[in-house]
Amino acid sequence: MKVAYWPGCVSRGFTPELHGSMEKVAPLLDIELVELDRASCCGAGVIAEHSQELADTLNARTFALAQQVEGADLMMNICSTCQGAQSECQQRLDASAEYREHVNGTLAGEDLQYEANIVNKNFLWVLVEEIGLENLKGLVRRPLTDLRVGPFYGCYIVRPTDRLKIDDEQPRDDYLGMVIETLGGTVIDYAGSHKCCGFPIITMNKKASLTQAGRHLGDATDADADCLVTPCPLCHLNLDLQQPMAAKEVGRDLKMPVLHLPQLVGLALGLEPKELGLQHHVVKPTSVIDWTQSVVGSVSAPAGW
Amino acid sequence: MAEFTLRIRRYDPQSGDAPYWDERTVELEPHRSVLEGILQARNEQDGSIGVRCSCRSAICGSCGVRINGEPGLACHTHLDKALEGSKDGVIEVEPMGNMPVIRDLIVDMDAVHWKKIQQVTPWLIGKEPVPEREYIVPRESMIDITQSMACIQCGACVSDCLSMEVDPLFIGPAALAKSYRFVGDPRDAAHKERLEYLSEDKHGIYDCTHCFKCIEACPKGVAPMNQIMRLRRISGNVYDIEDRNNGERHEMAFVKNIRKNGILHEADLLPDSYGGKFHPRAVPELISSLPVVVTALLRRKVTPAKAMLHSHKAPEGVKQIFDDIEGRDGGVEFNLYIQGTDEDNAEPPGAEGVLEKVAEDVVTEALEEAPVTPAGGEGSSA
Repeated sequence: MKVAYWPGCVSRGFTPELHGSMEKVAPLLDIELVELDRASCCGAGVIAEHSQELADTLNARTFALAQQVEGADLMMNICSTCQGAQSECQQRLDASAEYREHVNGTLAGEDLQYEANIVNKNFLWVLVEEIGLENLKGLVRRPLTDLRVGPFYGCYIVRPTDRLKIDDEQPRDDYLGMVIETLGGTVIDYAGSHKCCGFPIITMNKKASLTQAGRHLGDATDADADCLVTPCPLCHLNLDLQQPMAAKEVGRDLKMPVLHLPQLVGLALGLEPKELGLQHHVVKPTSVIDWTQSVVGSVSAPAGW
Repeated sequence: MAEFTLRIRRYDPQSGDAPYWDERTVELEPHRSVLEGILQARNEQDGSIGVRCSCRSAICGSCGVRINGEPGLACHTHLDKALEGSKDGVIEVEPMGNMPVIRDLIVDMDAVHWKKIQQVTPWLIGKEPVPEREYIVPRESMIDITQSMACIQCGACVSDCLSMEVDPLFIGPAALAKSYRFVGDPRDAAHKERLEYLSEDKHGIYDCTHCFKCIEACPKGVAPMNQIMRLRRISGNVYDIEDRNNGERHEMAFVKNIRKNGILHEADLLPDSYGGKFHPRAVPELISSLPVVVTALLRRKVTPAKAMLHSHKAPEGVKQIFDDIEGRDGGVEFNLYIQGTDEDNAEPPGAEGVLEKVAEDVVTEALEEAPVTPAGGEGSSA
């Protein structure tokens, strides 16, 4: 399938291993990525906090660029926050032809126009709804046997449920667990899986922010998780990059590896940890690498990890 | 009639015993409420089950509980629906979170919820001179605050607030939605004072993490988080309140960052949120972040060049959007909760570009010009 691909900002900034691993995994899943390199930040809720119209117009521009990609089945993102912020803007844009016309008026200078009802899905949703779990299962080369994985969704991809069209027929708030199981892993149930990582207030209330991250990591540790997996690079920043600070804040020794979703999929599909950028993580994914070594025996963790 | 089993969390802090689960099977029609189930168990099996209720019609806000882990009104949740949401065929009922338990399903609303409501001066501070007759306000300004007025003070949002979970002093979603009810009211004379208090408080509007939990929890569609975002918008845009919590600075740093770079340059955002790389406020923050930065560099997550320089520049089209919208007086904002698509909302625009439509369920939406001014604008009261 061909997708208009929006990698977001952080996947090309402080979590470059996310964008990199997505590019490695896509061909194995037969996904052709057409990167929207002229598109702009989704605003992450902050631009909408400043001006709804500004956020809506920037995202309408991104949608319009995606709609120009010939032969694309849909637009795909790899960031929970992009998914949520863009869905919010899309909801407003799709709700009123008058408003859309107004926003398209601002885009007219670039000869762009957003037509209502774009399909914009996070990689997680694409895996379950487009590729299908059966097909995904068939592609697994290195089942995640005995790997205990805690899902961490990120708020923006699970709430609000009506906007994100989450219901019994489409249990998008269970998809991470379903994917982990399909890849052969064990899903760890712990208190923080659907909670907030705290990242949005890191500059406003660092203590509260890091306490949130620290608690979830601690809960996952107590539940004997080997690692967490997240479809959100912003959560990854608070859970991995800030983990040493979070550990200090909650007064615990935390060493919980946090994988990006494409990395976990890539491991199961037979890619090497280094190809997937696992060496860039602040918390060394020792438990994950040890596991692949013990099961596959062919993956060697380079010295110095 | 059908049988339903309730698993009620029982706890009496005065007894000295730990909380425990108490399973009770009741017989009721499936469309009856969870509250009726609890009351039947209390009336027929164990009179000591503690539950608070009054109207039984989802309007008094007394019977807020957690059903299968989700917040809601016991009187507004059907037994058959609750059963669908249960993990093991038993409907789990717990007291609300973030508030101390008085007994069983009764939490101490005074200690948390009402104290926070009092904190935001929950009454209208009238303008002087007081008009001879009533205040006359534009209709759309009332539409703007209708959503926050729908609050029944049940505490469901407080129960589920993830910020309050780690910071009990956070003013919280219910009180902040209440605050918007007055900040959005053109008759109120203390918008600026209210916003200064809420933005300067370490546990005020900038303590909200944007987790949507309160939107999901509210049984009345108040969407407290949206009201908090409005408070932030008005605080920064209309009153230029530069708070000590970096809330407004972070917002402006983010906006400027995207106007310049198109996509976020994180290495600039952090120091700019504290006032700039060399600002006295930024220095201790940057020093405390040094271990994180060094680790990121060691792991080659970022390279020094990437941290210092940012090769991506915003396309002209993006800059133009910023200039067009920021250059205008005010922007367009959809107020209140938006539902449906064009087909449902095919109402033609009203005068002066104001789109209003009252949907069947009295969910109202308005597309209002100059929304960055508190609803109705300054001096709109007569």
